[in-house]
Amino acid sequence: MKQKSKQIFEKVIHGFFLILGLITVGLVLLITVYLVVSGIPGIVNIGFFDFIFGKQWASTAAEPSFGILPFILTSIYGTAGALVVGVPVGFFTAVYLAKFAKSRTKELVGAAVSLLAGIPSVVYGLVGMMVLVPGIRKVFGLPDGASLLAAMIVLAVMILPSIIKVSLTALEAVPREYEDASLALGATPVETCFRVSVPAAKSGIAAAVVLGVGRAIGEAMAVIMVSGNAPNMPSLFQSVRFLTTAVSSEMSYATTGSLQSQALFSIALVLFFFILLINAALNYFLKRSREG
Amino acid sequence: MDKPLSKRRRAYIALMRALMTLSFLITAALAVFMVAYVLAKGLPSITWELLSTKPSYLEDRIGILPDILNTIYIVIATLAVVLPLGVGAAIYLTEYARNKRVVAMIEYAAETLSGIPSIIYGFVGMLFFCTYFGLGTSIMAGALTLVIMNLPTVMRTTQESLKTVPQSYREGAFGLGAGRWRVIRTVVLPGCVDGIITGCILSVGRILGESAALLYTAGFAHVLHGFFEGLGSAGATLTVAMYVYAKEDGEFQVAFAIASILMLLTVLVNLSATLVAKYYKKRRNI
Amino acid sequence: MKKTAAFLCALLMAVSLLGGCSGNGEEQTPPADEGGEQQVEQLSGTVSTDGSTSMKTVIGALGEAFENANDGVSLSYNPTGSGSGITAVAEGRCDIGLSSRSLKQEEIDQGLTETVLAYDGIAIIVNPENTVTDLSLETIAKIYTGEITNWSEVGGPDSEIVLIGREAGSGTRDGFESITGTEDACLYRQELTSTGDVIAAVASNPNAIGYASLASVDETVVVLSVEGVVPSEETVKDGSYAVQRPFVLVTRTGEQLSAVAEAFFNYATSGEANDIISAAGVVPAN
Repeated sequence: MKQKSKQIFEKVIHGFFLILGLITVGLVLLITVYLVVSGIPGIVNIGFFDFIFGKQWASTAAEPSFGILPFILTSIYGTAGALVVGVPVGFFTAVYLAKFAKSRTKELVGAAVSLLAGIPSVVYGLVGMMVLVPGIRKVFGLPDGASLLAAMIVLAVMILPSIIKVSLTALEAVPREYEDASLALGATPVETCFRVSVPAAKSGIAAAVVLGVGRAIGEAMAVIMVSGNAPNMPSLFQSVRFLTTAVSSEMSYATTGSLQSQALFSIALVLFFFILLINAALNYFLKRSREG
Repeated sequence: MDKPLSKRRRAYIALMRALMTLSFLITAALAVFMVAYVLAKGLPSITWELLSTKPSYLEDRIGILPDILNTIYIVIATLAVVLPLGVGAAIYLTEYARNKRVVAMIEYAAETLSGIPSIIYGFVGMLFFCTYFGLGTSIMAGALTLVIMNLPTVMRTTQESLKTVPQSYREGAFGLGAGRWRVIRTVVLPGCVDGIITGCILSVGRILGESAALLYTAGFAHVLHGFFEGLGSAGATLTVAMYVYAKEDGEFQVAFAIASILMLLTVLVNLSATLVAKYYKKRRNI
Repeated sequence: MKKTAAFLCALLMAVSLLGGCSGNGEEQTPPADEGGEQQVEQLSGTVSTDGSTSMKTVIGALGEAFENANDGVSLSYNPTGSGSGITAVAEGRCDIGLSSRSLKQEEIDQGLTETVLAYDGIAIIVNPENTVTDLSLETIAKIYTGEITNWSEVGGPDSEIVLIGREAGSGTRDGFESITGTEDACLYRQELTSTGDVIAAVASNPNAIGYASLASVDETVVVLSVEGVVPSEETVKDGSYAVQRPFVLVTRTGEQLSAVAEAFFNYATSGEANDIISAAGVVPAN
């Protein structure tokens, strides 16, 4: 008898933990369903092609138009630009820290990188607004410095810590024997590092880059402060608006149920779609790096 | 070994070395610049009055005490919900789950959650908690949004530390006739304290830095409240307050003062995470 | 299994909802001001206001003075924008709606009444390095619609004009565009989401022109005269400064306000509070 009640008790506990475990799945489903359900009406009402490929956004005009191609392209260009600047710097820094730096330097710079990672994005936006935007205006002789370029640089700085950290972990996980073998064959340490260690860690480094992509495409608060926020088609020195900032800059008007607010839901859905793609890619690389 | 390297090889090595040094210097310079710039602009503006008062329009004074309290409230509220959820999920994954597909599904979901940008959380949180559930713009709505954001972190750190609890402990306890729940309570849970603490610290760090998800869920009021009263009303955390002071009011001195406080807190958070990891590593090794 | 999870989610949300509700309930109880003796028959409760972000300073100051004068009352202000504020009061979600534009005829027909609290000038601002000091309304319209693109065409230095404005939905943008007759025709270089941003952007760029509430403008930018009239308390009041808008309290027509809301309404519009309104940088209407 006692045995039986004990079994039931264990079953209940098991069920309880199962539910806790499934909450995560439930939340993802919830967010997905919610975004899809609320995002579809806008796309339907505006028309899929007009929405995705429309070049003009004028949400409060007498004859409003809701084309988000400028936002999509800006997000893609901005992220690409951030990668072009951020990835090489992050990658070489990670290699240096992993294979060549003295342990004191490594510890110190590691702490500095963690600090950079922990700085709120608003602080990056603030510093960008005070230093970078006027700087760009002066260096390039522009009428105004708030531009896609400024956003790219801020994003590059913001993704740097995650690229360094994840690459570093991947590089450190390369088995020592690989490197010893290469050194014994007469390769110098630098050659060993770039011809043996880096290829061995390539999945991890790819994961770092994809993580950076996710960070960059999802960032809102920092870029809104430096990008000018006008819904133009992207160009390096133009004021631009990202998918994220398109949602946030008109978000306070989003509760009213108008076509404008429906369109905002739809932008959020498009952004979410991009994020899901990136997550799938990230997962793929992480899995390969674990198996590799 | 003694044979001199070919020209090409030497050029390659020199180039790679140069690139590494350059990148390293850029990263280091960036960190130094960020810290120095923010502290130089912010530290002089930190006064006792700023820290200990609430803002007053009549006296034209800015104080961040309400924002400090709101930050504390939101941290407490978030952790109170996210810890049981995250730790429970981790326990399920490491101690109970037999079905590989269920585990993979949960882990994939957690990874998806951690990849969703905070602006989407803010948007969904605003429409879901504030409007749909009628919480209004409140600290509670903000905290619940943060719970979803931090769930994967707590889950992951707890899971990692559960994996380090030696299998033999569990087997020993089972061998003595203990039920699974008892094993978890007496053997497993005490073993993952470090993971839970690390999860807490990382979550605190993330909460401190969060703005996009909170701006539209927790709002930006600077009113002094008690804890329970505070949960139900709108309130800005330090980061949100900083955003609002910089953007809405153009009060850049106050913004930088808050930025330097946040930066010091970040250092503190990172330091404690490192220390906790070191402490438990040492204990394990004994 | 998914069903169970969904159910549990719902349960969790429901529990937190309860928490939030009780919090909201507590918000209604007056804050215990130290030294304030509880008297019977005194005003108590909360006045809820909702609307224009531009009215933040004036409502903040009035609310604070009102709370100081009456123990046990509090004023809540939800800065959502003029349009949302009007909707909120029409739907009965707040006591008094705040709008930084006059009501439209269809809004009055809906059963809303407007009471002008104050007038606010919209200042046209440029960088201190700019030599231009005066523009006509027509010229401003031409500049913002892109007919005039260089400062030299209006007597300034030879450089491109950079147009700074507010985001779609902003009351300030609405006011500026309707007065200058440039609705939907402005070719903004930057669309910023707050007054502070506009001032900061203009202050940091010698080519910029922007508009912002006169109450918020500081010494980092130069305020232009329009049609030869310098914006000031007098010129806004007598109407000679053209770029101005009313700050309006919106109530439901023929419906009795709660005692405490009534008291606040009378206090704000009676002339008793004019000093406070002026101190907030706008011109009292009564």
